[in-house]
Amino acid sequence: MAQIIVVTSGKGGVGKTTSSAAIATGLALKGHKTVVVDFDIGLRNLDLIMGCERRVVYDFVNVINGEANLNQALIKDKRTSNLFVLPASQTRDKDALTKEGVGRVLDELKQDFEYIICDSPAGIETGAMMALYFADTAIVTTNPEVSSVRDSDRILGMLQSKSKRAEEGLEPVKELLLLTRYSPTRVATGEMLSVADVEEILAIPLLGVIPESQAVLKASNSGIPVIIDQESDAGKAYSDAVARLTGEEVEMRFVTEEKKGFLKRIFGS
Amino acid sequence: MQKPSLELKGSSFTLSVLHINDADLDGIARELDDKLAIAPQFFLGAPLVVNLSAISDPDYNLAGLKDLLISRQLVIVGITGAPSAIATQAKALGLALIKSGKQSLTQPQLPKTTKIVKQNIRSGQQVYAKNGELIIIGAVGNGAEVIADGSIHIYGSLRGKAMAGANGDKNAVIIAQNIDAELVSIAGQYWLTENLQAHASIKSGCIRLDGNSLTVEALSL
Repeated sequence: MAQIIVVTSGKGGVGKTTSSAAIATGLALKGHKTVVVDFDIGLRNLDLIMGCERRVVYDFVNVINGEANLNQALIKDKRTSNLFVLPASQTRDKDALTKEGVGRVLDELKQDFEYIICDSPAGIETGAMMALYFADTAIVTTNPEVSSVRDSDRILGMLQSKSKRAEEGLEPVKELLLLTRYSPTRVATGEMLSVADVEEILAIPLLGVIPESQAVLKASNSGIPVIIDQESDAGKAYSDAVARLTGEEVEMRFVTEEKKGFLKRIFGS
Repeated sequence: MQKPSLELKGSSFTLSVLHINDADLDGIARELDDKLAIAPQFFLGAPLVVNLSAISDPDYNLAGLKDLLISRQLVIVGITGAPSAIATQAKALGLALIKSGKQSLTQPQLPKTTKIVKQNIRSGQQVYAKNGELIIIGAVGNGAEVIADGSIHIYGSLRGKAMAGANGDKNAVIIAQNIDAELVSIAGQYWLTENLQAHASIKSGCIRLDGNSLTVEALSL
């Protein structure tokens, strides 16, 4: 049975698209047939992060409007087999998404794919509501700072009241916390909320903690999902999160400050 | 099962009310005939309630009025607004005493209900317990609002706003396991975070009205 996973947050710039790309790639690397759908109509970014921006011909809105069929719009990832991208339209706006249209496209995707990752736009308007409406699981991407946590709390409320599962009285959407841009050093100095603080406020299970990493920006700019870079902490942390998503038990890494060796302390890292 | 031979059900009907402003029956007869002449079919057999609130004479000739109305083919079903002496007459004449909707508005006591919510109240969500108490088993997040006409009990952290006694009940209280609120209010008197910080030593407590100002006390005895 295909699973629809929405990557959402409420607040912008916390790493939804980076996480969508990484998690989709991670699932595909594990052999699951996966598609990642960009719901950010008008502010298309996912194709850049996935490195397929030059191959976009038809998009999500074209499929909804019946101007193209799904196979014409789906872009097969060149690097990873089992992975497909459904890009957003750059020339339209969020109102192009209708519940019926989105539902029809997702139903069609369910026939072919094991995992459907929906990359939600920021905010709580049409685009974000459409992205989360059909979800079975929600990955709530949060930065360890108060405004992001509050916005995530708001989105969790929306999931409990505005999703299809809530409206139809089905089993509620499974909510998972993905803490991104985490810096144990800054937590130690009291500048940043700790994992425990965020978990206490949001009170949902923790899927993973992604450390703040230079590798993320580099990966985004070169169009390679950061999970491919297994040298980086962020890449490893995303791999762990994907493993947990598929039911494996993996210990949390990168949540405590790294002990610096004697030489590192003298010469810096 | 056999159907019962009678059933008692409540219904509302619209009735015309005849206001009697003068005790003089002859005058009434004249004016009534003028009115009836305008639309005789409309008033034929019409059920009427007679409002006697303008009549103060306890010996008012109610029987005479009844006969007058019957002679005009009107059906008098009851009287309203009458002083008690006339009410006694009405009973003897077999007329009902009817309280008008406005008269019976002496605060119908609505049954108190308790609303129990077993989940975290997230930012942007609002829960209102009308005419009763609110029990939250979970936390109330920043930017969330819980409101009750009665008291509010929170078995978790209160980080958002809690408004008890929203209808003016000064005896309402707010009890929370961990008070870290943006705003608490009882019957319109409120405290913001900074007022609460003066009592930061009290984590789990009860907020109530003491006279016209709020107080907070620890739950432990």
